Amino acid sequence: MRVSLNWLKDFVDITLSPLELAEKLTLAGLAVEGIESPGEDITKVVTGQILKIERHPNADRLLICEISFGENVPLKIVTGAPNVQEGQIVPVALEGAALAGGLVIKRAKLRGVESRGMLCSGQELGLNAKSLPPEQAHGVMILPADTPPGLDIKPLLGLDDTILELELTPNRGDCLSMLGAAREVAAILKLPLKYIPPEVEESLPPCADRVKVDIEEPQLCRRYVARLMTGVKVGPSPLWMQKRLRAVGVRPISNVVDVTNYVMMEFGQPLHVFDYDTLLEGRIVVRRAAEKEILVSLDGVNRELTPDMLIIADAKNPVAIAGVMGGLETEVTDRTANVLLESAYFNPASIRRTSKMLGLRSDASQRFEGGIDLAGCRRSADRAVQLLQQISGVQVLEGAVDNYPSPAEPKMICLRPERTNFLLGTEITGEEIADILTRLQFDVKDSGSELIVGVPSWRGDVSMETDLIEEAARLHGYNQIPGTLPNARTTLGKRTPNQLFRENVKDILASCGLNEAITYSFFSPETADFYRLPPENALRRTVNMQNPLSEEQSVMRTWITPGLVEALKRNYNRQIRSGAVFELGSVFVPASRLPEEKTMLAAAAMGESAGGWNRKVMPLDYYFLKGVLETLFQQVGLTGFFFEAEYSNPSFHPGRTAKVFAGEQELGVLGELHPEVLERLDLPIRVVAFELDLDRVAKLSAAVRKYQPLPRFPSMERDIAVLAPRDVPAESIREAIGRSGGHTLTSVSLFDVYEGGQIQAGYRSLAFSLKFQADDRTLTDEEVAKCMDSVSAELDRKYGARLRTE
Amino acid sequence: MKEKLQKIAAEAVNLLSSSQDLEEIEKIRVRFLGRKGELTQVLRGMGALDEKDRPRIGQLANEIRARIEEELTGRTALVKEKTIRSRLLEEALDISLPGTAPAHGRIHPITRVRRQMEDIFLGLGFEIAEGPEIELDYYNFEALNFPKDHPARDMQDTFFIGEEFLLRTHTSPVQVRTMERTAPALPVKIISPGKVYRRDDDATHSPMFQQVEGLLIDTRITFGDLKGILDLFVKEMFGTATLTRFRASFFPFTEPSAEVDISCVMCGGCGCRVCSQTGWLEILGCGSVHPRVLEMSGYNPEEVTGFAFGMGVERVAMLKYGIDDIRLFYDNDLRFLNQF
Ligand SMILES: [Zn+2]
Repeated sequence: MRVSLNWLKDFVDITLSPLELAEKLTLAGLAVEGIESPGEDITKVVTGQILKIERHPNADRLLICEISFGENVPLKIVTGAPNVQEGQIVPVALEGAALAGGLVIKRAKLRGVESRGMLCSGQELGLNAKSLPPEQAHGVMILPADTPPGLDIKPLLGLDDTILELELTPNRGDCLSMLGAAREVAAILKLPLKYIPPEVEESLPPCADRVKVDIEEPQLCRRYVARLMTGVKVGPSPLWMQKRLRAVGVRPISNVVDVTNYVMMEFGQPLHVFDYDTLLEGRIVVRRAAEKEILVSLDGVNRELTPDMLIIADAKNPVAIAGVMGGLETEVTDRTANVLLESAYFNPASIRRTSKMLGLRSDASQRFEGGIDLAGCRRSADRAVQLLQQISGVQVLEGAVDNYPSPAEPKMICLRPERTNFLLGTEITGEEIADILTRLQFDVKDSGSELIVGVPSWRGDVSMETDLIEEAARLHGYNQIPGTLPNARTTLGKRTPNQLFRENVKDILASCGLNEAITYSFFSPETADFYRLPPENALRRTVNMQNPLSEEQSVMRTWITPGLVEALKRNYNRQIRSGAVFELGSVFVPASRLPEEKTMLAAAAMGESAGGWNRKVMPLDYYFLKGVLETLFQQVGLTGFFFEAEYSNPSFHPGRTAKVFAGEQELGVLGELHPEVLERLDLPIRVVAFELDLDRVAKLSAAVRKYQPLPRFPSMERDIAVLAPRDVPAESIREAIGRSGGHTLTSVSLFDVYEGGQIQAGYRSLAFSLKFQADDRTLTDEEVAKCMDSVSAELDRKYGARLRTE
Repeated sequence: MKEKLQKIAAEAVNLLSSSQDLEEIEKIRVRFLGRKGELTQVLRGMGALDEKDRPRIGQLANEIRARIEEELTGRTALVKEKTIRSRLLEEALDISLPGTAPAHGRIHPITRVRRQMEDIFLGLGFEIAEGPEIELDYYNFEALNFPKDHPARDMQDTFFIGEEFLLRTHTSPVQVRTMERTAPALPVKIISPGKVYRRDDDATHSPMFQQVEGLLIDTRITFGDLKGILDLFVKEMFGTATLTRFRASFFPFTEPSAEVDISCVMCGGCGCRVCSQTGWLEILGCGSVHPRVLEMSGYNPEEVTGFAFGMGVERVAMLKYGIDDIRLFYDNDLRFLNQF
């Protein structure tokens, strides 16, 4: 909210600089987000009257105006503004004047005619275009006709004002007005609040004779004050009112509208005016809309109402959506003679629902939502009437119709100073607490050990002792409260095994050369199509957002891989064509109650590892990620894992994909993405990926490790090359060797694969290194030779594989 | 005989002085001192000498043997040293060539900063609690004292999942769940790190981001304790010279509530672009746990008190690393990730 310092000074005598004031407000919870001094740069701009307008002899678009400043000699000034007329009062920048943004005005010749200054637009004076009438947004600013010429423009337009931009928290709706802000300022600065109740001259018979107000929904409308005025002449409001409205960001429109806005900004009470003569039977009925009832709102839109909405009706028809928007039919216009003024209290939640439903949020609805001062409705109505009387000379009917079915009782709260200090860790005296609350206009009575505190009607946010303790702390100053360390039980701070496991997995993968990525938890519903998932595929069952930012981010991810591949693609498009990333995070599966959240570990890679002058590059392919998984499993102590060829995963290359198992449990998938997937993703490079159910991995990983004694006798190594049909998996041969090599065979590792050359077609040569070792003796050559024979026999029997001798 | 011996000596010394390697030296040793060596041969021929000449010649022969042996030792040492020196020269590397970097990936900056934050609180005896990212309205809002249709809900623009669920807008639901689980036991001393979601997307807001929140509930926890703990945290995280400033604020689930500013890490508080010339940077929100929240979670607010705080991990990481666009964290550009 914009707060005008000049306006604020109506209520508090502030002598602090704006910066100091801003700091104090900010610390007390009314955050000042900005300080504006719109007229800071402006000098030597005065009001002038246009005496005469002549055409410029050499330019069609230019006019020569003779400007009077009262006593001095008139000056000739050339202008290009189309909206000037003789007799108008306009702001004139004299020679040497400075305008907003630092522009300096000099005497100048425009097409041969000397100009002794410049006629100014509102923007040149630093006013926001939105706060000006549309016809003046692009021309010279026209001042009211009764403005005397020769006056300094700055106080006249409020250019000597300073604006504080307040960022209020939602509990402080009471500060959404100059008076509300002033109350805080007065309390913080320990200054008195100046406030004079409005006085109205009532010259006509009682209002109640002509106006009737029925509240059918006292829950939704707790109070409705109506006042009636006659002899209204709609016209512009005076400059002093316009400048204040402009200062707080409201565009002046006409005296009647401006007065309602002025009072809203001053007291925080939104007001509405009706053309009384358009109200059937002069009646106001506050009720719920009937089903399908229609109202043409002020903006000319046909609005279909629902019974959820509170409306104002006359004897028959809706005339306004309560607190949200008025109706076109009953709008105050130039022809209006009698004005009915509404000052009411509507239920915050109801206004909030209705304005959200209709997409109509306004200054007024915002204030109703925050909860306005129930006790202030009448005062605000009186203030508006007083102002209208002042500026347009209306006559006022006596009194008001004030329908207030159950007046609010003042809230009383017990406050224990001892408890206050206990909660805050302070030693504030009861007197100081009482003083703070009194400054905030709470009604405080000391009853010995407790304070009995009456809450002001506008403080809807205060309803219990803690609320008062906060008030005391806030004005005492948070920064006066000493920092201490808790006097609490000693506890052991530690990560759970599962938390340790997850962080460990990240470190292991990073040590394997993969970068940790974090991608969004949501993706596009099209992902399933990109990844060739058939209709019944489980990954298609998604948890969907109701109000996503975009369609591309509208479903919760069911697997992580697509996000990682998307990240690789972005890198690829930025010429980073190699890389390996992993992510550990949740995926979301619809369930009967809250969706199930599973922790997955996924990785994706493309291109090749960085080479070097002494090192070959290594492809980041299936075998790379397989090696990463093997390393991971070893590191976390997961044993008995194996890979099984997977031909039917729709997203993966059928010849380059494996299911990952540990014992009976399937852990996930590892493979190269299907070429069609890559084509659909428009990614012209092979990508490999894995995705594992990390909770399963965690469960199967050994938390405890056991030491194996080191061998005491030497080992013997034998290398063999096995010539086997190409389609026999290397792992099967390795297993066959392991099974047939006897119990002294302690390890079998593959170190070369060779095909082509002298190897016959359909075969390949696999070279294994076998290690034999006994834990009770040194093996002899003969023993090992025997084992090698049985290996050879088994391979021949099972796979028709022969040993190649070197 | 004498001449013969002296000739042998001269030749051996001469040969040794020009010998270049150990092999050659060994040959010389064998040639002169070996079992069939020249000196040995001469000594064997001593029998033919006069009785009176034998002692003299014998002594001379011994002297010559000793001399040759001395030369052998000296030359061996010299040649050895020369050999090693030339080998070292030959083997010299261009030490300016780049080293062979082991493949090593990086941990995401958000994870790094989150771990650092966690470690500080673990050191203070907090445990790490976790909860679901898709939540019930009850845990995300209602149990935290956000009434339905209240403007406070506008503070956190929410993604809804169907009619019933939502993406948690903060990790505070974990606090509620933990209190419910623990009550009436004490203390509750947790931090809850994790992903949270809000409908926002610009240079300073990401629809998904991470938070670390904390909660301490016991019988005599004060607002002053909150200040003390957070001051400790801030100094640990940003350096011991960092100042904190507490501003009054509002959160439905705490009262009194505060926003905490730290002295600007860029300018040290003098005012710069990052801190909008104020010298302060907003870093976290906190407060004493609202009695209604305690009550809803099963504690008696007359008997226990507590504090809660929460901060964005991205915000801390941006300040620590000087990052100016939050979206970089979730873009996963490898050139970005490789910097951490
Ligand atoms: Zn700074």
